[in-house]
Amino acid sequence: MQNLDQVWVYLSSSPLLHLTMTLVAYQCSQWVYARSGMNPLLNPVLLTIVLIVAVLVLTDTSYSAYFEGAQFVHFLLGPATVALAVPLYRQFDKVRRSALAISVSIVLGSLTASVSAVAIAALLGASESTLASLAPKSVTTPVAMGISEQLGGLPSLTAIMVIVTGIVGAMLGPLVLSLLGVRNMAARGLAMGTASHGIGTARAMQVNEVAGAFSGLAMGINALATALLLPVLWALFFG
Amino acid sequence: MLNYLTIIFVCQLIGELIVVTAGLAMPGPVAGMLLLFIGLMLRGGVAPDLGRVADSLLRHLSLLFVPAGVGVMLHMKLIGAEALPISVSLIVSTLLTIAVTGLVMSRMSRVEKRSKPDGAE
Repeated sequence: MQNLDQVWVYLSSSPLLHLTMTLVAYQCSQWVYARSGMNPLLNPVLLTIVLIVAVLVLTDTSYSAYFEGAQFVHFLLGPATVALAVPLYRQFDKVRRSALAISVSIVLGSLTASVSAVAIAALLGASESTLASLAPKSVTTPVAMGISEQLGGLPSLTAIMVIVTGIVGAMLGPLVLSLLGVRNMAARGLAMGTASHGIGTARAMQVNEVAGAFSGLAMGINALATALLLPVLWALFFG
Repeated sequence: MLNYLTIIFVCQLIGELIVVTAGLAMPGPVAGMLLLFIGLMLRGGVAPDLGRVADSLLRHLSLLFVPAGVGVMLHMKLIGAEALPISVSLIVSTLLTIAVTGLVMSRMSRVEKRSKPDGAE
């Protein structure tokens, strides 16, 4: 019989191990999140990442070895981004009436997100590659990573920024909106989706169906607006 | 179903090609999303099977972030060194964005309603 070491060496050289690990960790995190009553602090993406990093560090596995298996999941980000056209189209029909208000709010939100993130971090002394990684942080991950790469940032660092941004927005966004007296559900949803993409949208959907639909719309339009505006803006300031 | 998955891949492929050949400042998948969106506008609707393929890709969208997110282990040192600017920037900028977007939208929809007093609301 082979000893355990040999089995481990065999398994860890095949993509199956880390692919399966990713799926299992994600499902465990989903279960914990659901059991906690969807506590935003137990965000399933954050939980999954913490679990996997812990296992990789404990087993002394490198990120590149892990990515050999996880790349199959990662690859689907591209097609998923293309698929965002479908919910965008479905909601586009519903909200055509307030198209002007929606576009102005989202474009201002998109500019606020990038400019304030970069300005604050620059004032506090962050490096230029960190600034480039922070700039697209309010956009859904696949798009944010693409923008970050173009600006000279670190796409994997951007992924973390995006996830933390989502969690901050989901936790504190509804409170900020209530303090400011924003009670219109369309406006609340739009704000959540523009600032904190899919994670904010998931939160908005829990509260109200209208807010959820507007949040999903905002996430899609903001991805588009930021992908078009930010590289131009970046070239003006840092080019 | 497979033909709609193929359409999504073809949109992405053409999107990547357009971005690379025209030197556009836009990620390839976003160009692909625009292409698919234009296609849906021209066709005037979402075929039920395309809807099903898109929904199943998007239902577990957050799972797809995980491999990239695990890359945080490569940047622990950088995040530690720049913890203050990163965390202040993320928190303040996110809340500011929520405030600006929410306020602008609620003001503008109020104005819209007033200008159309017997509107469809």
